[in-house]
Amino acid sequence: MLDFEALTKSSGEWLKGVGPESDVVVSSRIRLARNLDRFPFPPQTTDAIRGEVEAVLRGPVVEVLPPGSMGYVRVDPLETLDRQFLVERQLISREHSEAKGPRGAGIGPQESMSLMVNEEDHLRMQVLRSGLALDECWQEINRIDDELQQQVNFAFNEEFGYLTSCPTNVGTGMRVSVMLHLPALVMTKEIQKVFQSMHKMSLAVRGLYGEGSQAMGDFYQISNQMTLGKSEQQIIKSMQQVIPDVLEYERRTRREMVKENRSKLHDKVSRALGILQSARTITSEETMHLLSSLRLGINLGLIDGIEIPTINELFIHTQPAHLQKLSGTPMESSDRNAARASHIRLRLAPVEPTSEGA
Amino acid sequence: MSRTRLTRDDTMKKCMRCTKPATLHITEIQLGQAQVVHLCETCAQKYLSSTEVGGMPSMQMEDDEAVSESEAEGAALAAEEVEEDSPEVSCGGCGITFKQFRSVGRLGCPQCYTSFHDDLQSLLESIHQDTQHVGKCPPQTSANTLRHHELMRLRSELKASIERENYEEAARIRDQIQVIEAQAASSGESPAE
Repeated sequence: MLDFEALTKSSGEWLKGVGPESDVVVSSRIRLARNLDRFPFPPQTTDAIRGEVEAVLRGPVVEVLPPGSMGYVRVDPLETLDRQFLVERQLISREHSEAKGPRGAGIGPQESMSLMVNEEDHLRMQVLRSGLALDECWQEINRIDDELQQQVNFAFNEEFGYLTSCPTNVGTGMRVSVMLHLPALVMTKEIQKVFQSMHKMSLAVRGLYGEGSQAMGDFYQISNQMTLGKSEQQIIKSMQQVIPDVLEYERRTRREMVKENRSKLHDKVSRALGILQSARTITSEETMHLLSSLRLGINLGLIDGIEIPTINELFIHTQPAHLQKLSGTPMESSDRNAARASHIRLRLAPVEPTSEGA
Repeated sequence: MSRTRLTRDDTMKKCMRCTKPATLHITEIQLGQAQVVHLCETCAQKYLSSTEVGGMPSMQMEDDEAVSESEAEGAALAAEEVEEDSPEVSCGGCGITFKQFRSVGRLGCPQCYTSFHDDLQSLLESIHQDTQHVGKCPPQTSANTLRHHELMRLRSELKASIERENYEEAARIRDQIQVIEAQAASSGESPAE
């Protein structure tokens, strides 16, 4: 059973802020969609059949979870708040949280893996890593998929590959995404050019929580859209060819901003820190915005004494369900804003005020 | 089985297929016999696209292309007609119709992919610009299928390398394709498409 208490106080491996290119790349993620060959897809069936699917998959899922895993949780009996908490944590998808009937999720060690049963497909498996680490993600998820295929038959046909509920996922069933922090490209509005060139390459750009979500805190997920007609390696390779250009674009823009107006930028990021360290009430939106500036300031060496993992963690821990879990009681929006401000003040307790920075 | 070697220079030879100067010289080594083909860049692209062993340059390929394009258009039109005319076909596995699928955007069960094969094929073409899986397969997949997928993958790589004008790579991939086609032939399988 999942230990919510422990989860609330910790944070996942993918937020550690380490790994290759971590000044811009927050995390890498690969997910595979799979379905049992003898059952209707979850959205179009009854709770009785969803129950059968859950019963068939639960055992194999628990068995393939690596040592040190956090375990398997039935999602349908959970309170809305707990489901929301798992969504904020990126351990289950919004769709999985809102889906109907018997469903569950196997959570791997350090929150780096999640195997969702009865999401839009019978099985949605994802592996997360901090930094740019797509090869590692693929090795891990491919191994898990191999192990599962020793025990269950997935719906597959030789023409269309792995069969999925939505035809946009058929073939490899694979979505490769890289979460980037692009504050400089947003500030200079150059981000529009990134959208355009990604679009040309049939790559999708989404916000922090995937499809349809807002780009909070200047975080963007870039992912492949086509899943059929290319091998897994080809899809990963084309992402690996594109991402470095975006990273370089963001870094170049950061350097130019520092070069052109260092004192203005220094002022902006310092004010962000000032507000976060002293506000008594703050919305989620303002928090995201200021944390993003702060993260940029740390990466540019304009702010000392605060670690990137602290900021990464605050992005997650200041969201509504996390605040309510941390305080142990359900709260209205205005109470949450006060609790958020107080949590941030605690985590960002001032460094020596004499520090002039650089 | 053949091996292709490719050199690039501006000798005064003319392209064997048109009147432009030949800049690419492709040596096909087949059954110990070497055969050199001199082509201009445009004709070389077409030549390398054709993976048939020892396909001699001729004007035939262009004609084929013209036919296949109009065929493709015809097929697309036919697919649209089918879509409009037969909304009542329902999946034997789960009972949903193609129309119902179009309204919710989710299929009912794995068997839908067989029940609505033709309609889905044109839909997949527009979503993925492809209709043939070439990635990972389940462990019980036959050697023939794996070879078929490998061929599909190599053909798309061949196309991409020709588009990038990387003819050295194209020639290498073309050789790989011929090796696999020869394996398929020797295992008694008709060349997969």
